[in-house]
Formats: sequence, C-alpha cells, structure tokens
Amino acid sequence: MRTATRGFTLRRERTLAAALRVLREEPGTVPIAGCTDVYVALQFGQSPGERYLDLTPLQALRRISTRGDRLVIGALATYTELRRSRLVRARLPMLMEAARQVGGLQIQNRGTVGGNLANASPAGDTLPVFAVADAEVVLAGPDGERRVPFTGFYTGYRESVRRPDELITAVEVPPVEGRQWFRKVGMRAAQAISKVMLAAVRAGSPRLALGSVAPTVLRLPRTETALAAGEPLEAALAALESEIAPIDDLRSTADYRRAVAANLVREFWARTT
Amino acid sequence: MKLVLNGEPRELDVHPLRRLLDVVREDCGLTGTKEGCGEGECGACTVLVDGEPVVSCLVPVAQVEGAEVTTIEGLAGSHPLQRTIMDEVGAQCGICTPGVVLAALPLVESPARPTLARVREALAGNLCRCTGYEAIHRAVLAAHAERHPK
Amino acid sequence: MASVGTNVTRKEGLDRATGAARYADDLRFPGMLHGRTIRTSVPRGRLNGFSLDFDRDGFTVVDHRDIPGENCIALIERDQPCLVAGAIHHAAEPVLLLAHEDRDTLFEARVRLHEEAESPILDPATSDHVFKQIRIEKGKLERGFGLADTVVEGTYSTGAQEHVYIEPNGVIAVPWEGGLTLHGSMQCPYYVLKALKVLLGEAVRDIRVVQSETGGGFGGKEEYPSMIAAHACLLALKSRRPVKIVYERGEDMVATTKRHPAIVRHRTGVTRHGRLTAMEVDVLMDGGAYCTLSPVVLSRGVIHAAGPYRCKHIRIDGRVVRTHTPPNGAFRGFGAPQTQFAVEVHMDRIAETLGLDPVTVRLRNALKPGDTTATGQVLGPETSAVMVLREAARRSGFKRKRRRYAGSARGIGLSLFYHGAGFTGSGEVMLASRAGLETTPEGVRILVASTEIGQGTRTMLAQIVADALGIAYEQVDVARPDTSVVPDSGPTVASRTCMVVGGLLERCAARMRERLAGLAPSEYHARHGRLHVEERYAPPPGRQWSDETYQGDAYATFGWGCDVAEVELDPVTHEARVTRFVAVQEFGRPIHPALARGQIEGGSAQGLGWALLEDVVFRDGVMANAQLTNYVIPTTLDTPPMDVVMLVNPYPGGPFGAKGVGEMPIDGPASAVVNAIRHAGLDVRAIPATPERLLRAPRLGGPAAPAAAATDAGPGAAEAGR
Repeated sequence: MRTATRGFTLRRERTLAAALRVLREEPGTVPIAGCTDVYVALQFGQSPGERYLDLTPLQALRRISTRGDRLVIGALATYTELRRSRLVRARLPMLMEAARQVGGLQIQNRGTVGGNLANASPAGDTLPVFAVADAEVVLAGPDGERRVPFTGFYTGYRESVRRPDELITAVEVPPVEGRQWFRKVGMRAAQAISKVMLAAVRAGSPRLALGSVAPTVLRLPRTETALAAGEPLEAALAALESEIAPIDDLRSTADYRRAVAANLVREFWARTT
Repeated sequence: MKLVLNGEPRELDVHPLRRLLDVVREDCGLTGTKEGCGEGECGACTVLVDGEPVVSCLVPVAQVEGAEVTTIEGLAGSHPLQRTIMDEVGAQCGICTPGVVLAALPLVESPARPTLARVREALAGNLCRCTGYEAIHRAVLAAHAERHPK
Repeated sequence: MASVGTNVTRKEGLDRATGAARYADDLRFPGMLHGRTIRTSVPRGRLNGFSLDFDRDGFTVVDHRDIPGENCIALIERDQPCLVAGAIHHAAEPVLLLAHEDRDTLFEARVRLHEEAESPILDPATSDHVFKQIRIEKGKLERGFGLADTVVEGTYSTGAQEHVYIEPNGVIAVPWEGGLTLHGSMQCPYYVLKALKVLLGEAVRDIRVVQSETGGGFGGKEEYPSMIAAHACLLALKSRRPVKIVYERGEDMVATTKRHPAIVRHRTGVTRHGRLTAMEVDVLMDGGAYCTLSPVVLSRGVIHAAGPYRCKHIRIDGRVVRTHTPPNGAFRGFGAPQTQFAVEVHMDRIAETLGLDPVTVRLRNALKPGDTTATGQVLGPETSAVMVLREAARRSGFKRKRRRYAGSARGIGLSLFYHGAGFTGSGEVMLASRAGLETTPEGVRILVASTEIGQGTRTMLAQIVADALGIAYEQVDVARPDTSVVPDSGPTVASRTCMVVGGLLERCAARMRERLAGLAPSEYHARHGRLHVEERYAPPPGRQWSDETYQGDAYATFGWGCDVAEVELDPVTHEARVTRFVAVQEFGRPIHPALARGQIEGGSAQGLGWALLEDVVFRDGVMANAQLTNYVIPTTLDTPPMDVVMLVNPYPGGPFGAKGVGEMPIDGPASAVVNAIRHAGLDVRAIPATPERLLRAPRLGGPAAPAAAATDAGPGAAEAGR
C-alpha cells in the first residue's frame, strides 16, 4: 500500500559540499536520484525514510570522462547516458550491454549508476560489470574523498561500506585488457530483474562476476584461479558451485540459478576462445 | 516550482515528493496520463521530460523543476501517430495508448527509419494486454512514414 | 456502401489516443470521498472483532451490519458475502470499508482485525466441497476401449492466470435523492445492478449502473465489479457522498478473480492407425472459496474437453471444488483453454506413441459436418476443423519443419481447437436478452447493455445495423451502457456479442425497416417522432439441450482454430522462445477485419503468456508475487511475429454470417507451444512451462537432442566489444 509522502521533506542542494552537509547534519536523510527503486519501495509501503536529499541538481556528477587512463563514470550518469557515451562504448562495452538490458527506455532514462550501487541489490545490473572490471568506488564525505575497491564495497545483503554521511560520486574503471562479456537472464526478454547475471573478461587471468546468486554481487576467485591455471572447464565449474549461494525466491529457484550460472560460464568460455 | 507543461509555463504549489503522475492528473487536471501499476513496470504513466520518455509514477515532481514536460494532451490530437494507432487498431481498450504514443514519439520524430526491432525495443517498457503489440508496431511504422515522406 | 467486412473508423474516434477518453479513475464528482477495503490475512478462520486505531473524524466506516439487504454478492449462488460477518474463507476477504476525503489520511488509518486461524484447504485434490459436478456420456466407454489397439494415458495441468487488464478495477458510487448511480469499469452493467438490488434491498429505490470507459476486461470484470460496486455503494449510502474505490495493482492481483487452475486426466483408446475409439476424461478445477461462476466455467470446460474430434464412446467427468483461496472466476476462454490444453498435448502424445505425425492423427479424427460431438450435437456445414488444420499446416510448412527440426533445439507444434459461441445450452434462453433500436434526428441509436472494452462492440454492432437498415455507418449511434437507458442484452462475455446481440439487432433493423416503409430513419423521425423497436432472444428452432443429462446442442455454433508455434530452446537459460506463430481461425466471417485480427493477435499473446511466463505463486493461500515486476506478462520483446489467417465459412444463424471470436484465440497457443517444446525433446505436460520447469523436464525418446551446447550461444548473450 503506497506510502504518503506529504509528511516527508526534500532537500535540493546545488553543490556537493552543501549536499554532504545535509547528510552530516540531518542523519537518516536518504539521497535520491533516478528514484527507480526508492519510489517502488514507497509504492509498496516500504519507506526508506522521511527525509530525502535530491542529488539531481549536482550536474557535475553526471559526467562521463577520463582521468589518466581510467574511465570515470559520474554517479548521476543514467543508463541512457552510458549507452550514448563514446567513451563507454570504446572502453567498457559490457557496461553498455548491461545498460541496454535494464528495463524499458523509460527506466534507462532515469536510473543512475550511483543509484544502482547505493541500492546495493545483488541483482543490480551494473554491479557484476564493475566487479569484474576491478573498478573503484569514489566516495565523498566529511573528510574529503576516498576510494574503495569495488570488490570490497559490499559487506552483506544490501549493505556497503558507504557511511550514511557519504555520497558515491563516481566509479573509476581502469583499462580492461581482454574481451568483455555480459549476459543477464531475467524472467522475460525485457523489463526484468535478473535471475542470474554474468559479467566476465577473457584474458590471461580471466575474471568473472555473477549477480543474483548470493547476498551480494560476487567475484569468483576460485573459479578464476582454476581457469587461469588451465584446469578443465568442469573443474572450474566445480569451484563455481562452491562459491555461489543462490536461493529460491518469487522469481526463480536456487536449482535454476545454479544450473544457469554454470551454463553462463560455459558459454562465456566457449565463445571467447 | 516552475516548469513548462505542454508548452505553457506553469507555477505549481505542490509537495516536492509528490509523484509527477499525481501532479499531472490531480493538480493539473490532465487525466490522459494513466496509473496502471505504480511500480514503473507498465508504462501507462509515460510522459516526456525534456523530450525523453519517463514513467511519471517514479518521478518526484521537484525533479522537473525548470523542465519541459509533455503529456498526451500536449499533442493536441494532431500527431499522425494518434490517428494511425486508432486506424491500425493499435489501441483496443486504449488505457495503454497515451503511454505508448509518448514512448514512441522520439522514434517517430527521428528521421532515420526505424527497424521493427527498434520499434519493439522502444516500446519494451509499455505493457499492452489487448493487442499482442503487432498492430502497435504497424501504427508506429505507418506514423513514421507519414512524418518523413520520402 | 456496405460497412460490414470493412475497416470503418471506430466509433470512439481519437479519444483513446488523445487522453480524452475517461476511465473510472478519471471521473470526479463534487464532495467525492475515496474508499478503501480492509481485508483478512488468514485464509480460513473466524473474525472475532476489529480495532480502529485512528482518529475517526472525517471517516465513514462500514461493516456487514450496515448492509440493508442481503450480505451477499448475488450471482449463481448467494454464498459469497459482501463483507465478512464471522467466518473467514480466504485471505484478502473484505471485512471493513473506510472512506475519507483525503486519500493519504484514508490509507494511513490503522485498523487491526482480530482473526482466529483455522487450517485451510489449499489443495483442490483434498477439498471438502464440490461446487458443481458434471458428467457427459456418449456411447459405451468400455465398448470403445474394447475396440482399441492401444491405450494412452496422461495427466495435464494448467496454472491460474491473472488478467492484468492495464486499468485496475475502479468504480464510483454517487448517491442522489432517492437513488444511487454507480459508474465504473465493467463488462456487465446488469450483473452489477442485480447484485446491488439484492444487497441494498428496499433501502435504495432507484439504482442506475453506468459503464465508464473500461481499460481491459478479459472476463476479470465480468462478475468481480459487483463486489467493488457493492463496497462503494455501501460507503456512499452511509456517508451520503460520492465514493470512489480504485484498486492499486497489488490489491487487484491479490484479491480479485483468476483463471481456474485445472488438472485433466486422459485415458484414450486408439486404433493403430490413430483413430479414437474411446475417450475418458477427468477434469478437476479449483474454484477458490466461493461459487461465483465456477459451474459455468466447468460446463464450458467439460463440453470442450474431448477436443474437436470424432469419437463414438466418450465419458467426461468434471468437478470444480472449493479451496480457501480468493475465488476464481471468468477469464477469456472460460474453462475451454484448460481442457483443450490437455486434449491437444494428449493428442500429440498419442501421435508419438503410434509413430504418426501430429497433422495426420488429427486429420483422421477431426470433426466434420454431420458428425456428433461429445454431447451428441450434430454439426452443420459451418464446421471447419479440417479446413483450418490443413491451412495452418500448409502455411507454416509444418511437415517439412517437423522433419528439419527433429533432433535439434528447435521445435514446431500445433493445436486444433474449437469454441462454442454464446451461452451454453439453455443459457441464452435463461438470459432472455433484449436489444433495442430507436430513430434519432441523425439516424438511429443502438440500445444494448453490451460494453465496449477494447474489442470494438460499438463499431461492430453499428456496422451490422447500418447494413441491415441500408443506411450509412456514420448515421448509427450507440447508447452508453446505462441501465436506466438500455435494455438487458446480457453480459459481454462468452463470444456472444456479435452473434447473439448482433443477431438481435439485425432483427430489430429488419422490423424497423418494415415500419419505415421506405423513409430514411432521420426523415421518419422528423415527420413522426421517435420510432422504437425491441427484440427479445429466441432460440434457433429445433435446438435441444438438457441440463440434467448434458446432452444436446451445447452451442448454437462453434468457431474453429489451428495454431502453429515454432520454438527455440535456449541451451544456456532453458527458456523456450517462440520465434514464429501462425493462427488460422474460422469464425464465420469478420465484421471488422482489423478488430477481429486484433482479437486473434491479442488473445494469442495472452495465451503465450499463460503458457510460458505467467506463474501465480501462492503462499499461505494468497498470491505472493502480486507485482508486475514478479508476475510477468509479455512485452514487445517477448511476443513473436504473428501470421493471422481468418478463413471464411459463413454461419447462417449469425448476423451477416458471423460467429464469435473474442475467446477462441486463447484456446490454442498453450498446447501449440508445449507441443513444439515436446518436438524439441522435452516431456512437458503442465504450464506455465517456465525455464525452471524446463530445466527439470524429462527428455523425450528418439535421437537425443544435444545437451546444453555451449557453442550455441542464445540470442541474449553479448560478446561485447567486437
């Protein structure tokens, strides 16, 4: 049952410093951007809070640029902006593919990378991409900026190291050597939350990340090691089996997720020789 | 807050977190935009914000401050797609139709002739339970041909 | 110029595409309150009281004691209460109604129900109450089995289906001096009127029901609106203010009716050449907590259960039973999709067993003119089973592809089906529908209760009347379905609107034409004033039906269809993707070809969704995935290109030769798809055939289809960056 927002407050600040001050001075404030998750939560009576901070005036955070050899994706970049970016197409095509498979165009026009990260769902569409790209999350807080390796960003189901007085300002991605791969499996061909999702890079040291098979997005170190060591594929898949912990839920089953995770890895391996 | 609604500058005194959908339907009295689900899945609430389709059930009205918002009423019934969608029977019960028309609008307005695959993709966020979509695709392609005669 | 058979501009004009069309939630009345329904959370038990933990100022609260007449939603039975009085029979059962001017205040009000739970019956196989039981018997079953070379048995099941009309249920009750008007989204204004009269008794002298623009029905707004209308009226009566109740999507999915889940068992005797000698069918349907329309759903289900086939010895036993879940109800097809799914997959299994191909086994048994059905109905020349089957097989390249795809991850499958038009047996006689026609200054106006819900009622009826009167289509107006204005022409269901109501209007036109004596209607109107003609339904002569023995002419006529589906099994995701769909249907002839095509394309898409995507997940007796994120219907990217063929075989008993087409298209897709999946090597006998189930489906015999071939990447994979 939809939550009424009339008793809630919304702050909108034009500078990052002012936004951070709000988070510091009014604990419990919920930062919002595209609202494609927050407003769904409100629709179903799960209010994340009563005080909100609209980040969309912070235009600088929309930018997609480079810093040295790294791709810098501003937290407010939308999926549409990712798809239209020449930089993303050139350097991180698996992210473009992930963006293309997010919802319909209406959602792509609004959902942001920062929101995807902050929402911290294990089904977040960009998460396996950043995990496998060994990206860094850039956080701004009262003590300035800090960087957290993506693979250390999540600590549990919907939990990250982001402190309540911090904001994600960007994701930085070092150059990715090797061929990039992405495949999302949803309940239907479009507009679907993922049941299982693989992002991967085929290189001397292959990297793999899966979404929706554990409380957080997962890199697969044992699977990667097995593949890098030239072990037979079935040995790598046995390692995979030990690394994931899928569940039954309203959308799918643990059995299915297990089987398809293995199939996705098999497919990636066969198609990127 | 100030915005431009269907080409007209408007000033609204509404709660900033109110859904754009409710502001349009209730505060502005424009009931052409429909609520089908409230969770951003059906697309019936699609409006254009600065020319881009979004689902208005997931937009806090404060975020369209200074923007151009177009609802189905903003087309004044004169866009070719509004006629082709009726002629091709791309609208049966019609509840999804305003959202479909607006979601397809950028594609129809763009000179490059869309493939059927592009039409499907553009409308993947608009659910229709009546038509099976075939007639909607026909309508969009027909409108595009009319808009950009060779 | 004749309008029947052409794609005239629809009567609605552009309103739906401009935002001008006004649906229930678009309507406002001065002083209007919003309404809310408080529902049970336990599936079975007792209500021992409730607590209203909110400031009552500005609130109207209604419970069962406020009901002036009978506390029931009158339909076939009167077993379903409007509001729980004590016994709880399903979760989400309505208990209290609240109204307030401000919607936020209304929904913030905290109410606690004091419920005592009992152990619910959730499995229809263990039900303790049968709503209806039907047996259809033809010939002598044991004799038939005696003639068989082989006996094939199988059990097939279909899941519930949620309508997902894009407009949720919504109504507004407006009280006035001496009466009440109910506006809302609905298919059957007179059903609502009858239910309200029973509910309100003597308390309301004058009740008027008016259909507002309706955003989809599919049967989900056949009987359910009586419930939401009852609620709005009770609040309006108590508050003396207009009251609007519009459901949020989640509430609509949880609390309103769904398609009856079914389990169908077949035991069939066949000769080695594939001729059916005996058919024994058992049908079990889950009706949910109350009777609603279950007896009629079962009826249509069992009548169609032996499929469009000739067989001398048939026994069909059906029962629909109670479980402690929200009541199931009307959904396009109304029992026939469930039973025809079963018989069509069973026919393919018979073919597999005998080493025959699916077309041949059906050709050998398909009903022909002069044959008798399971109820002993002799079929007339408008019987097109063989014609649609041959055309579908030819057009789809069925036999060639059947050979080509064998052993691969692709499959092609077909289904042959039929659908009775109009109410079963004595149903139309019981309805005693009336239709009216009157002159106006511009021409004529049609007076019927048949509703436009997207299928083109107004347009199609106007075409029939225009041509029958010999006037221009533009001169025919159609009155809004308002019970104070139009007669009861029966519900807008059962594929009856064109054939039965259109037929009545054709007779009205004929009678009016006589009375006009050569004058145009507008001329007559100018000279003599209004001319009004009404016709009442009369059954075609010579028809016989027995509700006791279920023998006789079940329907005035049948439509015939054959669908062919091509699927591709994705070895990585185990999804079955439909790549091509051919639908060949014969329903007399189309009155408006584009509208008829729309019914076939839309009904087929809805059938494909039911077959592959739509899974109602129940937990504790109620739908747990009541969100469009988690109960998924097909999007543009899930719907295959559709090749639709409308064959003509005029039915003399229908207006201009037309039968009905609203439901038939949904009878075929599920079995066509499952038969295609079977061809691709998986033994599937239940729907939805979700990837989770296909992953575990046993492989069928024959050359083993390749296991998850990692080298065949499915279409969704992206080698990014090449």
